[in-house]
Amino acid sequence: MRRLLTIVGTRATNFDPERPYRLHRQAELRDEDFGALAYHFGTRRLSFLKAPILVDVVRALQDSASVHEAFERCAVPRPQRPALLQALAGLAASQMIELREGAES
Amino acid sequence: MTSAEVLPAAEAPGIQLDSRPTKLVDHFALGLNAPICLTWELTYACNLACVHCLSSSGRRDPRELTTAECKAVIDEFERMQVFYINIGGGEPTVRPDFWELLDYSIDHHVCVKFSSNGIKLDAAAARRLAATDYVDVQISVDGASADVNDEVRGSGSFGTAIRAMENLAAAGFTGFKVSVVVTRQNAGQLDEFKAIADRYGAQLRLTRLRPSGRGADVWGEMHPTAQQQRELYQWLVANGEGVLTGDSFFHLSGLGDPLPGLNLCGAGRVVCLIDPIGDIYACPFAIHDEFLAGNVRSPGGFQTVWRESDLFASLRKPDGGGTCSSCSMFDACRGGCMAAKFFTGLPLDGPDPECVQGYGEAALAAVAAGSVPKPTGDHSHLGQVRGQPLGPVPIALVTRRPDRSCDEDPLAGFTAR
Repeated sequence: MRRLLTIVGTRATNFDPERPYRLHRQAELRDEDFGALAYHFGTRRLSFLKAPILVDVVRALQDSASVHEAFERCAVPRPQRPALLQALAGLAASQMIELREGAES
Repeated sequence: MTSAEVLPAAEAPGIQLDSRPTKLVDHFALGLNAPICLTWELTYACNLACVHCLSSSGRRDPRELTTAECKAVIDEFERMQVFYINIGGGEPTVRPDFWELLDYSIDHHVCVKFSSNGIKLDAAAARRLAATDYVDVQISVDGASADVNDEVRGSGSFGTAIRAMENLAAAGFTGFKVSVVVTRQNAGQLDEFKAIADRYGAQLRLTRLRPSGRGADVWGEMHPTAQQQRELYQWLVANGEGVLTGDSFFHLSGLGDPLPGLNLCGAGRVVCLIDPIGDIYACPFAIHDEFLAGNVRSPGGFQTVWRESDLFASLRKPDGGGTCSSCSMFDACRGGCMAAKFFTGLPLDGPDPECVQGYGEAALAAVAAGSVPKPTGDHSHLGQVRGQPLGPVPIALVTRRPDRSCDEDPLAGFTAR
């Protein structure tokens, strides 16, 4: 499987695709031909989102009640989802995405 | 997982990349919408006169960008999402508007790391920096002791740097960088440099000596020997992620496992330099007309130059590797550093002058005398440097014959009868 993400400083985290996430408040995305470059102003770290579909999903998180819902919004084909989940777990571990606390009912 | 910065002088703190060539690296080779490692030298003015200064700094250039022009450049960075910049010089803190520009940049979502010899970093400045988010500081020393450092950077400069580190540490600014150019003279002090960084809660950053600027004059006497390069490589491998390198030693990757980082010349692809008068070069070590892509003052500004300049387009074309392509190490070092080759008179598609296979030495021996390109600009001090002993910088590394006899004495060769 092609790796979709190259990230920095992963650490153990409890990434749960049933819960609501968003791009971290201190992070920004910059579109590039290969996908996007994410920069976290707090950790001063960069991540490279190496697939446009991953970028779409990250952007859709904000308005989705769960990661699965973001997949639906972006019409991610099922066979691609495991790879995307792995990439999103990496982004959560490096704080590029964060839980939307209080957004859960 | 590897920790790496993406490139010379300019670094992306903590960028981590696969060290193996990947599709991503191929994308980098084709260029990005905006640079990852942008170095901006705010002024050529400097209180010091380091013998190896890569930008031949000393005197302010009267054409220097004004405060308003600098702010317009920062606005452009914000629009392009250049997330952070590396500010240098010269000594950037001697610009009277330095702190204003620093604040402006941070307020516009452009993080700053700036390099300094410490001259202006007193206790108050250190407290101010410690209280500012999104700023990082890099203090330069080129010896782990005053004798080794001051020989290269000038009398008293070690003390100035250490005082700045003390001030930063006392203010609670942790994780600032202690930046060292590795030379033949200090290569034996790597552990001592690490100890200095540790003492002040800082992080050591080692970079490569390039024959750029005044560095061209001293490179022959100051670049580490082949044996020192091997020891340096082993030391870097042993210290791993704890020591930053700006990805500047990728020419050593042929010695074993690749060092963390891109292992690719990023010039014009992910890196560039804006000099104090707004000229945009492919890399901080390539201040020469050959690598001049444009100027921020031109219509379209920085963005147009970055995205459309012919020079950058040519640097982003796939590179065959020239004479290096048949070498078994080519995938590891990619032919090494463009600037190091250029300013030692070597062809850009051949080996690096410090090629670990030894091809560089052979190539250097074949360079015709007088064919080595000179840096385009020179802002070196013309007379005495304030605070320094009268006379030449106290290191005598080069003995050049005058080009013509009249350079030495207008009456040379004239015999009065």
